[in-house]
Amino acid sequence: MTKSKINIVEAVNQALHDEMDEDEDVIAYGEDVGEDGGVFRATEGLQEDFGEDRCFSSPLAESGIAGTAIGMSLYDFRPVVEMQFSGFSYLAFYQIKEHASRMRIRSRGDYTVPLTVRAPYGGGISALEHHQESPETFFAHSQGLHVVIPSTPQDTYSLLRKSIQMDDPVVFLEPKKIYRAFKEEVDTEKEVDLEKARIVQEGEDVTLVAWGAMVPVAEDAADEIDADVEIIDLRTIYPADFDTIYESVEKTGKAMVLHEAPKSVGFGAEIATRIQENEILKMEAPVERVTAPDVPYPLYTLEDFYMPNKNKAVKGLERVLNF
Amino acid sequence: MSIIMARDEVYSGSVERIEVMGTEDEDDFPWIDEDEYRELYRKMMIARKFDEKAFSLQRRGEISTYAPHKGQEAAQVGAVFALAEDDWIVPSFRETAAFIMRGAPLDEIFRRWMGDANGQRDLSELNTLPVAVPVGTQNLHTAGLGMAMEKRDDDNAVLGFTGDGSTSQGDFHEALNFSGVFSGHTVFFVQNNQYAISMPIEDQTRSETIAQKAIAYGIDGIQVDGNDLLAVIKAVEEALEKARKGEPVLVEAITYRLEDHTTSDDSTRYRDEDEVEEWKEKDPIERFREYLKDHDIWDEEMKAFEEEAEEKVDEAAEKALDAEDPEFDELFDYVYDEMPELLQEEKEQLRKEVDE
Repeated sequence: MTKSKINIVEAVNQALHDEMDEDEDVIAYGEDVGEDGGVFRATEGLQEDFGEDRCFSSPLAESGIAGTAIGMSLYDFRPVVEMQFSGFSYLAFYQIKEHASRMRIRSRGDYTVPLTVRAPYGGGISALEHHQESPETFFAHSQGLHVVIPSTPQDTYSLLRKSIQMDDPVVFLEPKKIYRAFKEEVDTEKEVDLEKARIVQEGEDVTLVAWGAMVPVAEDAADEIDADVEIIDLRTIYPADFDTIYESVEKTGKAMVLHEAPKSVGFGAEIATRIQENEILKMEAPVERVTAPDVPYPLYTLEDFYMPNKNKAVKGLERVLNF
Repeated sequence: MSIIMARDEVYSGSVERIEVMGTEDEDDFPWIDEDEYRELYRKMMIARKFDEKAFSLQRRGEISTYAPHKGQEAAQVGAVFALAEDDWIVPSFRETAAFIMRGAPLDEIFRRWMGDANGQRDLSELNTLPVAVPVGTQNLHTAGLGMAMEKRDDDNAVLGFTGDGSTSQGDFHEALNFSGVFSGHTVFFVQNNQYAISMPIEDQTRSETIAQKAIAYGIDGIQVDGNDLLAVIKAVEEALEKARKGEPVLVEAITYRLEDHTTSDDSTRYRDEDEVEEWKEKDPIERFREYLKDHDIWDEEMKAFEEEAEEKVDEAAEKALDAEDPEFDELFDYVYDEMPELLQEEKEQLRKEVDE
């Protein structure tokens, strides 16, 4: 099969399936990942196709999942483990930040950890407390990791396969709000450069940087507003493709970042700073940030206030355009 | 009024302790030959001399911080002796004697203590992981390696070192649990040296033994006199036999840290000199020497091991001191498989600043 119409979570499943099919060192595990196929069905059918040795459910312990996966990587496996929700990944954070990311440098390249940690992330789905977090900045600030967030089925498929094939550890955050939002034809032969941002649409007036589930919000806002918006889907949060952003703002002179994580020390701060450091003379307005406020993700009666949405994005674009 | 409800015992467990020296088993220790006794003594002596040398290098400012293993040589050397070449070792941070027994070059071990990670660049040849400083977290790597061996259907095993303090960490418990659930080829070797920096074992846990913690995870736990070299070898050999078949074992070696936690610590603040003196009487090297004498293995050649060890250690320390410091590039070179552009830019910028 080279082309079929699938959504994002199906693309995760397809990528896992195809990678496991091609490389028998690839294994998948995590909570409810085996027979149940994961709570979002991302690993559905994998145990059936590849057996219990290669796709299995683990005890309920995130640090245990990440830590044992490091051990298995060191024995030449290529584990893809699932954190059931990214809000629980902090229990595994120590293993990911202090061991997975450091094994290569600690051993001077002697040992590598080709581990992929998958986690559904992000809000807007009226879920329970801790089920809607956006933790990308924590991982982006953990030197030695790649932090990847797709926003389309094609990117999900291609970026996940690339992540699994890499010899470095990757944190792969899946925007669960748009897991099933739309389908598109996915070309399984298509290679996507992990280190390269995607220009979603070209424009002359303002650069809008987003990732994950904020990409369709950015598109909706751009449709609504009477301006020519260039949208950049960052794809990889670290190491981010700032060059694509610089090229864009050199043309537009104006920029806005749109992300779900709270504003202070969110990755938008890094983007705004880099633009300021490198392109200050080209800029015609301060870099605008539309993000969640600096409060914990609320229980869901308040989530519409918390989450950035089309209206907030439009207001942000207007502020930067009218500066 | 009290209601008495019917109840049955649904589980009970017990923990055994292994000792060899000073028991009737000591005359009947058939599984190693005389040359091996010599080699074990030699390695323990080298480890002891390394410790002393590292200590003095720290005092001279050549090493910033050192974690001594004095008093724990039998536990480490015995455990590693029991391993086969294709078995794996996961160390914590006080396992210098284990590295020595495994065959890591002494000068490289010194180099790491001198702050150069290149001292642990060739450890994969020894199936040994680099030092793990965060207490207890490495137990999950031990568990993962053991799971991997079971998945691959291999018949080797992994021995993971950990300490009494680490048994309070969640990762320790998750590691035991995962090993049990997935039939890991795993031996968790806890050196219970009585202290986690200043915290005595009595305050670390209400469990009477650390070995009994295994019972909760459905795996075997055994205690061994960790200052009895022969008992350690026996305990670990038995444990490995089970681990190779997918039956993980927790071994608790009772030992004592004769020195401070690290060179930055002052243990007189929290423990009595009398207690230390008591444990000096149980010095594992002294005990083994007595055993060798009692069994007519001790001879002039072995007597010379001490001086020989000192020379070897001095030579290695000199070599490490003479080694070039790593190049500036190494700050960046091993972070990623392929260096991202962002790091390349930072590297170039820093190079300019360094050169100016």
